[in-house]
Amino acid sequence: MDEIDRKIINTLQTGFPLSEEPYAEVADQLGVSEKDLLNRLSGLLENKVLTRFGPMYDAQKLGGAFSLVAVRVPEGDFHRIAEIVNSYPEVAHNYQRDHDFNMWYVLATETPEKINEVNYDIEQRTGLKVFNMPKLDEYYIGLQLPV
Amino acid sequence: MMNTVATAHKSELEQGALLDEIDRKIIRATQSGLPLVSRPYDDVASRVGISAGEVIARMHTMQQRGIIRRIAAVPNHYSLGYKSNGMTVWDVPDDRVNELGRQVGVLGFVSHCYHRPRYLPDWPYNLFAMVHAHNRDEAMLLVSRIADLLGDADRGHDVLFSQRILKKTGLRLST
Repeated sequence: MDEIDRKIINTLQTGFPLSEEPYAEVADQLGVSEKDLLNRLSGLLENKVLTRFGPMYDAQKLGGAFSLVAVRVPEGDFHRIAEIVNSYPEVAHNYQRDHDFNMWYVLATETPEKINEVNYDIEQRTGLKVFNMPKLDEYYIGLQLPV
Repeated sequence: MMNTVATAHKSELEQGALLDEIDRKIIRATQSGLPLVSRPYDDVASRVGISAGEVIARMHTMQQRGIIRRIAAVPNHYSLGYKSNGMTVWDVPDDRVNELGRQVGVLGFVSHCYHRPRYLPDWPYNLFAMVHAHNRDEAMLLVSRIADLLGDADRGHDVLFSQRILKKTGLRLST
């Protein structure tokens, strides 16, 4: 990753225009060609430096719901349980964390009811208690990591 | 379509109901990413069956209504050298959680800050704040800055560092 890649990441974290030729606009700002920007962007996605690029939709405003769910998974069983949990399309993220509560997944569903349905199903299939922790209030969301 | 203050303050449910089938098609066409071509909204438009101008106008409206939080790149923290991503969790008095959450949320190194339910006795924490650092020492400094800010209101806290991403996809609409 060189200086231009870093500039691209820093700039694109903050936002992207809604215009006919948005890449050309951003490329101009960065002092690179549109073709170079597109190539580099596709490289950053392929190398997984970027996990995605595009609109971030708010599931709740789409009439759906989000929830963070914690599970205490026995060490030896982690892989098997992760496979079960990850198999649900509603599971958008899943992280292993170094804690007694060692698995944390995020559900994004199209209806609020579906959160409990999926959690119930996961409890039945894993035999583990899940701790549903939906957000009650949001104070800040916005990730800007300078590189 | 006019975007009035009243629209922005409608309940989430009503906002959801305001999405029509064309909006949903746009969401489906872009939820895994924006096309990497010179005229990406033309590409979306041809998949949805409307003009690029209408795609842009509708996405603009969705952005103003908060349905699109932003159009942006999501970096993989690890590849950027942020190896220590800690979910800090705090037990603070419920009657002060809003005031304190807002104060923690504005700290530059906090990427997300939420009030979530406790599960006593298993889980005493009601305030969550994500911090991102290059290593654990740096992360623990950030944690102590939050602790200083909370003062007496910090009745207990913990940090859960991520060890592994098991799955990370964007939102998926199934229909």
